[in-house]
Amino acid sequence: MRGVGSAARLRQYLPAIAVFLAAIVVWEIATAGPGRRVLPPPSDIVGAFGENAAQLRKSALATFYESLGGLAIGTFLGVLVALVTSRWASVRGVLLPVAIASSAIPIVAIAPIMNNWFGVLNPLSKMGMAALLVFFPVMINVTRGLVEVSPAATELMRSYASSDAQILFKVRVPNMLPFFFTALKVGTTLAFIGAIVGEFFGGTSDVLGRIVLQSLSGGRFDTAWAGIFLGAAGAIVSYLAVSLAERLVIPWYSSLVAQER
Amino acid sequence: MTTSQGPTEPQPPVSAAVRLAGVEKSFPVRDGTTTVALSGIDLDVAPREFVSLIGPSGCGKSTLLRIVGDLIQPSGGTVQVNGKPAHQARLDRDYGMVFQAPVLFDWRTVEANVRLPLEVMRFSRAERDRRVREMLDLVELGGFLSHYPHQLSGGMQQRVAIARALAFQPALLLMDEPFGALDEMTRERLNAEVLRIWAQTRTTVIFVTHSIPEAVFLSTRVVVMSARPGRITNVVDIDLPQPRTEQTRETERYFELVTEVRESLRGRITSSAARARAEGAIG
Amino acid sequence: MSDVARTGPPPGEGETPPTGEGRVGGRDPIASAEPLAEADLTLATAPEPSGERPASGRWRGLVRAVVALTLFLVLAALVWEGFKFLAGDPWRYPEIGFVHHPPFRILQATDRQLPHLWDIASALAQPVQRNQQETLGGFLVGAALYTWQEALIGFAVGAVIGLVLASLFVHSRLLERAFVPYVIASQTIPIVALAPIIVVGFGRGLIAVVIIATYLTFFPVTIAAMRGLSSSDPRALELMRSYAASKWQVYRKVRLPASVPYVFTALKVAATGSIVGAIIGEGPGGVPAGLGRAIDNFNQQYISGPEKLWATILVSALLGIAFYLIVQAAEALILRRRRTARPG
Repeated sequence: MRGVGSAARLRQYLPAIAVFLAAIVVWEIATAGPGRRVLPPPSDIVGAFGENAAQLRKSALATFYESLGGLAIGTFLGVLVALVTSRWASVRGVLLPVAIASSAIPIVAIAPIMNNWFGVLNPLSKMGMAALLVFFPVMINVTRGLVEVSPAATELMRSYASSDAQILFKVRVPNMLPFFFTALKVGTTLAFIGAIVGEFFGGTSDVLGRIVLQSLSGGRFDTAWAGIFLGAAGAIVSYLAVSLAERLVIPWYSSLVAQER
Repeated sequence: MTTSQGPTEPQPPVSAAVRLAGVEKSFPVRDGTTTVALSGIDLDVAPREFVSLIGPSGCGKSTLLRIVGDLIQPSGGTVQVNGKPAHQARLDRDYGMVFQAPVLFDWRTVEANVRLPLEVMRFSRAERDRRVREMLDLVELGGFLSHYPHQLSGGMQQRVAIARALAFQPALLLMDEPFGALDEMTRERLNAEVLRIWAQTRTTVIFVTHSIPEAVFLSTRVVVMSARPGRITNVVDIDLPQPRTEQTRETERYFELVTEVRESLRGRITSSAARARAEGAIG
Repeated sequence: MSDVARTGPPPGEGETPPTGEGRVGGRDPIASAEPLAEADLTLATAPEPSGERPASGRWRGLVRAVVALTLFLVLAALVWEGFKFLAGDPWRYPEIGFVHHPPFRILQATDRQLPHLWDIASALAQPVQRNQQETLGGFLVGAALYTWQEALIGFAVGAVIGLVLASLFVHSRLLERAFVPYVIASQTIPIVALAPIIVVGFGRGLIAVVIIATYLTFFPVTIAAMRGLSSSDPRALELMRSYAASKWQVYRKVRLPASVPYVFTALKVAATGSIVGAIIGEGPGGVPAGLGRAIDNFNQQYISGPEKLWATILVSALLGIAFYLIVQAAEALILRRRRTARPG
């Protein structure tokens, strides 16, 4: 599908766009009319943005700050540990299965502990939760990317009598980058999940998680939905930002993927 | 640089480019025993020779190539390259290697792939650029500098690999079934190209292959190996005149030599001269 | 293939170095680096593709998973107590003559913030609340079973939905183009934000939690099944065409069997996902039952009894592990006769 014109691309996305528009229209019609509904019409939700603009903006910024801070911390620690584990096979032998085992565990259950550890009012407690969720996929993927290098590639480098540092920077790190970006894309969503779960279990009120809970208990469903959409928008925007960075940093990879499709 | 006269006559070498003496290789197997992959390998390769190793699967020809390249350690015997141990030769960057797969780096353009060894060996920037261009012109890919490997065909990828192997002018080019994965037509075209490059660069080549026609067409000598344990059973001198062209493939001598190699592979040694040479090689 | 099918869990396909393609790097990440979709514990130690593992290897895979998880728990316990040994409150055990004053002091290692594992274990035998018969352990087992019940229903529904969607998508390019982008987008949304509103919408009961668990299950299964259903050997498909087989026959005899190993890889991810969904659905503002609610309640009693919250979290972890292992055992059982997953 490489080199398709914009018309062809439009035709490819047309069904999805049609579904989107149809869904909005059906939603609006089905939920129109007086009275409060758990699922209010889209126009009400848009209205809620206007009515609570200041609070929603403040909350969204706070939640983005927690998520992105957690993403940064979790990514940094994940890469750091991966660099160490990839260096020593014995450490890797123990740590990698353990890290993968973590995927069988509902880590979100630890959210209240993070609140207790770092202070329920401190954004660090939400960042801690986000970072914990981000850490494992980043660490696992980066380790794999550094280690799962074609044996022929290392053989080639050895035939040049390359140093270990040269193999690291010319083979392992470039090989790792696509793995890293894949993990980072997953991590953006996880970071928002971590932050919002942390917020559910207590903390300052001007954050998206609290807005949703409070609006729901007050019956202001349109505001709750507005909060949900802001959270989703934050996650999607950061996902797209990572995708864009991926295209810029490893352009060869997008081209390869496009060709193999 | 072009030589019209290839080194067909094996002159007594002052110092061999490669000298293998009593090389053995055995691998431990899971059940505690060992498999003998190579046994009693003696072989001298003169500078600027083109020697092919041919034999059935499992005869250890690729292992032997890797032992020459110091990528695997032999269990016994000595390996001398340009008069020094193989390990020193590797540290001196005497080897250019081409594998069956091109082993190009996906994240590097064609140009950057060829530049890789020059970066590793810390050539100056100007020298790097000059050589990359020279090598890509040599393999006739000058127009593909900024393509990524996945945008090239298999044959083109392998030509990039050859350009990369030659970029730092190694004394010895080790090729491990480089055209094994290509179709017959592409293979024949690249065979001709390799001969042209060999004539231009005056490199010594050791070439592992499954293909009898390829071995005969390319080589100055064909080393025939047998499996279990891997050993040299015959060495066939290829006295086809240089330069070799597509017409060479149609000469009677070519067919005779192909037959001789084929017979050797079947375990029959046809001419007494060949038998004498084989015994000499085995020692 | 569409871009979705690539993000799916490739039972270990990316494990094979791409030398065969003659290039270095490349497909692996899309194929295998989806860490959430790749929760196959056996892959950590066994580099063979799970889809092509001989039957005996599947049992070995299960054993490996048990070993990895045990190792995880042991290592976590060591780090836990080691942290307390270095920076926690003083250890006073006069009855065995052991007193130790940790050299450092870090808030997070104190007995209130990180109780000793043995204190948590002994709390399991204490009553849940004063003047109550039921022990904490008994209560948590009940809560875990309730949560698991919700998760299991959601898991089953999600798996069926995922399989049906995938079957539709691989047969209709139009449906694929129309809906697959939303299937993917649905996962970039932090579902947890949606959980409370689902609870309000469907009432504080089983159904709401099941819906949340379903939501977290269907995605990995859809993606994996799409990959699996398209993974059959093209030669097998040509062969079926030469028999003039109907679409249904091709689906039933070639595509579906080929997809099973892929689906199981996804089911293992979904097992954890469904429990996460259930816990969140029971959490603050959610359904008043199960582990999620216990976490919320004991969180509010944290000052008086931190062990209770910790015990609940540990039980949640054990539930996740148990569900994962059950799915893995089912995989081993169902695929035991298969030597290879994919034809050819």
